[in-house]
Amino acid sequence: MKILVPVKRVVDYNIKPRVKTDGSGVETEGIKMSMNPFDEIAVEEAVRLKEKGVATEVVAVSIGVQQAQDTLRTAMAMGADRSILVLSEENLEPLGIAKLLKVLVAREKPGMVILGKQAIDDDMNATGQMLAGLLGWGQGTFAGKVDMVAGQVHVSREIDGGTQEISLRLPAVITADLRLNEPRYASLPNIMKARKKPLETLDVGSLGVDVASRLSIVSVTAPPSRSAGVRVGSVSELVEHLRYEQKVI
Amino acid sequence: MTSLVLLDHEDGQIKKAALSAVTAATRLGDVHVLVTGGHAVAQAAASIGGISKVLHATDPCYAHELAEPLAALIVSLAAGYDYILSSAGTLGKNVLPRVAALLDVQPIPDVICIVNANTFVRPIYAGNALATVQSRDKKKVLTVRSAAFDAAPFTGEAAVIEVAASVPESVVSTFIAIHLSVSERPDLETARVVVSGGRGLQSEEKFKILEPLADALGAAIGASRAAVDAGFVPNDYQIGQTGKIVAPELYLAFGISGAIQHLAGMKDSRVIVAVNKDPDAPIFQIADYAIEGDLFDVVPQLTKALV
Ligand SMILES: Cc1cc2nc3c(=O)[nH]c(=O)nc-3n(C[C@H](O)[C@H](O)[C@H](O)COP(=O)(O)OP(=O)(O)OC[C@H]3O[C@@H](n4cnc5c(N)ncnc54)[C@H](O)[C@@H]3O)c2cc1C
Ligand SMILES: Nc1ncnc2c1ncn2[C@@H]1O[C@H](COP(=O)(O)O)[C@@H](O)[C@H]1O
Repeated sequence: MKILVPVKRVVDYNIKPRVKTDGSGVETEGIKMSMNPFDEIAVEEAVRLKEKGVATEVVAVSIGVQQAQDTLRTAMAMGADRSILVLSEENLEPLGIAKLLKVLVAREKPGMVILGKQAIDDDMNATGQMLAGLLGWGQGTFAGKVDMVAGQVHVSREIDGGTQEISLRLPAVITADLRLNEPRYASLPNIMKARKKPLETLDVGSLGVDVASRLSIVSVTAPPSRSAGVRVGSVSELVEHLRYEQKVI
Repeated sequence: MTSLVLLDHEDGQIKKAALSAVTAATRLGDVHVLVTGGHAVAQAAASIGGISKVLHATDPCYAHELAEPLAALIVSLAAGYDYILSSAGTLGKNVLPRVAALLDVQPIPDVICIVNANTFVRPIYAGNALATVQSRDKKKVLTVRSAAFDAAPFTGEAAVIEVAASVPESVVSTFIAIHLSVSERPDLETARVVVSGGRGLQSEEKFKILEPLADALGAAIGASRAAVDAGFVPNDYQIGQTGKIVAPELYLAFGISGAIQHLAGMKDSRVIVAVNKDPDAPIFQIADYAIEGDLFDVVPQLTKALV
């Protein structure tokens, strides 16, 4: 079975995002970019399934600018066998991404697509569910545990009240939550090896998909900021503030 | 304009977050709600103020709210609606993007403000930016942050109509089990006070030091990702970018450093108290009241002061 893993290049999670002064978006110029953390978890899970003999090949896909190559090289250094870059200068929305992934699924015929549950830039948490819908496949979202049981994939999902366990027929779409696994660091030899692994580049226009955005950005602003309050020296002082000033207790 | 709101419920109770989604929908026009589960839930739904109809999906295939049949049902009903909404909980986030894809619509998650019929505000980058977006889609599919809208009251008398199952897709998913954390405490997302612990609590055993304090305050208990990952508390306690979003009247953070991913889930609380032994802990930059000290001293003292 082949596993397809979509990975997105995003502003590194350690960097505090800054809103551009013209209100058009968030500053990305000259800012450290990395693989979306949830996608590292997705890659790790796919590689583990290959190590267990469940999967035979792991293919990483990214849709984005030329530099998304670096993200794909990271995925290959973690153990993906090859990758596909769909070049797009525009930032596409989950609907467009899901349609492009559907075309790649038709081409690659994976038994499973493992995505991150959410991209930490747009925080949409939508692409996996949308892809599953377009394909008519089952979806195991917010996965905290994935096992193969009698030819089906058994997913433990993190939900508001606790966890839900479901079983999906293959092919299926999985989205990775934070606790699914702890992604490995790519070792230096593996980083070297990844340079030689195949990376195919396709132009977004060549896939015959309408990726026009449906949402236009009116403005992007900084949220109201909170400033540091007061340092209190004792518990009794704190209780006074909460009781008499704030009236919250 | 008419909206269909998918209601989330648990243990026969309609969740407060779902009532906030109803309030958001009332701003957009007439409101119908869709509910799965038993008759008691449907009756409760009928008494929500501001709605005109309850669609009750009684077929057993909806019992566990699996995304595939539920999305197919909503799509079969969609012709009558301009908006399809839910709260931004895990039910809506699982089901509505699938609905949107099937309707060829780009969903708009985590709405915190409705500017007009097609313009909405949503946080991006873990709440470090607010995007105002205008949708070109004819139908809109939204999830709504509960903290941004008051809960609709139970003052109505809407009619309940049973909806038949839509032609089932081939069955691609099956339910196995659900494990809900049982708690006598208020619901984390709607509690008036939240007592929250981080890695500084050190262990599952020591985390329990927060319980008498939460009892004294009638508070819900939350946690940072580090505390959840270390196994101090279950995953559904997590607050933050990938956990729950809370905005209580009072949020008390003990042994939490204040990573941006954590702040994303609690910085809209009205009053924030932070207790940390590190004078430079980033959480102090947003706390209204900061105590620099050892939480294992502060928590018992505070508990004693309140009972
Ligand atoms: C994609 C992604 C998503 C994430 N999502 C979330 C999320 O939703 N929620 C979340 O919380 N995190 C999330 N994180 C993790 C986040 O980056 C931090 O790692 C996490 O919040 C740290 O938790 P913490 O503050 O408990 O632990 P630490 O950062 O280790 O802080 C522990 C604090 O406790 C203090 N302390 C220790 N002992 C005591 C004592 N005795 N008395 C007083 N203070 C003490 C220390 O000074 C320190 O400040 C996410 C990370 C990523 C990459
Ligand atoms: N441009 C992209 N290229 C590759 N994968 C993507 C892209 N955008 C989103 N994804 C995948 O979809 C997941 C969810 O993203 P989102 O729905 O935008 O929050 C991510 O974790 C990725 O796995």
